[in-house]
Amino acid sequence: MTGMMEITTSHYVVLSTLLLLVGVVGILTRRNILVLLMSVELMLNAVNINLAAFSASLQQVHGQVFSIFVITVAAAEAAVGLGILIALFRNKQTIHADEIDLLRW
Amino acid sequence: MALDSVLFYVLAVLILTSAILTITRRNVVYAAVWLINTLVGVAGIFLLRGAEFLAGVQVIVYIGGIMVLFLFVIMLVSNEDEALQRRFSNQKWLALACAVAVCGMLAVIVVRGVGGLDHPGMAEAPPLGSITQNSQQVGEVLFTQYLLPFELASILLLVAIIGAIVMSKTRKRAAEG
Repeated sequence: MTGMMEITTSHYVVLSTLLLLVGVVGILTRRNILVLLMSVELMLNAVNINLAAFSASLQQVHGQVFSIFVITVAAAEAAVGLGILIALFRNKQTIHADEIDLLRW
Repeated sequence: MALDSVLFYVLAVLILTSAILTITRRNVVYAAVWLINTLVGVAGIFLLRGAEFLAGVQVIVYIGGIMVLFLFVIMLVSNEDEALQRRFSNQKWLALACAVAVCGMLAVIVVRGVGGLDHPGMAEAPPLGSITQNSQQVGEVLFTQYLLPFELASILLLVAIIGAIVMSKTRKRAAEG
């Protein structure tokens, strides 16, 4: 028993799990596409916390390098996603996910 | 030891409350500001784990780049009647149930797995290094072992830039016709 005050890798894993869960709830429940994209960023950050924690506990920097790639992909995803959102708003005048039902029969 | 623990719990509470406020605010600008708060907290977690370069990248790229882009787009697509709209979709209770189920599964995995994470040697504190040391280590690995993924990432960013421009530009001819 190292005591509750000692911060271990599992603390970081639990924090990352909770942050990922908040992101999932945001994705599933909100209607505004901007908030959906923000929830994706929350989930990617949860992954980054895990990578940084394991990188430190394994005494290697590979996890941090991976986090940098995750941030790169997040930047690309945000740029393209927001571009699609602007095009969508220009055509449909709405940013609510459940009002975009062109393919619904 | 105690300072590390206190900082961790403060940052964890900051991250989780800001994240919950991000997904519950009605006003999208408030949500974006709370998301910035979350990202600052995650940068603090990186600092706690000895990843100084990553913390810098987090602040510069995420907060300085991505969130500013978000705020620009919020200004471009904002609706006046946003306050009158429903915040959550029709399936919110089903979605919440699904999320709780996912949480339960993850909790089982984490509870079973955390014992294996904390054997001696893995839980010890990260090596104390200056910011140049961390940046140097990251740079050495990034430009030797991960050189090909690094170059591919630059191509990905180029494609994303072109894609974002093509997506968001107005087509003059289509607008006239």
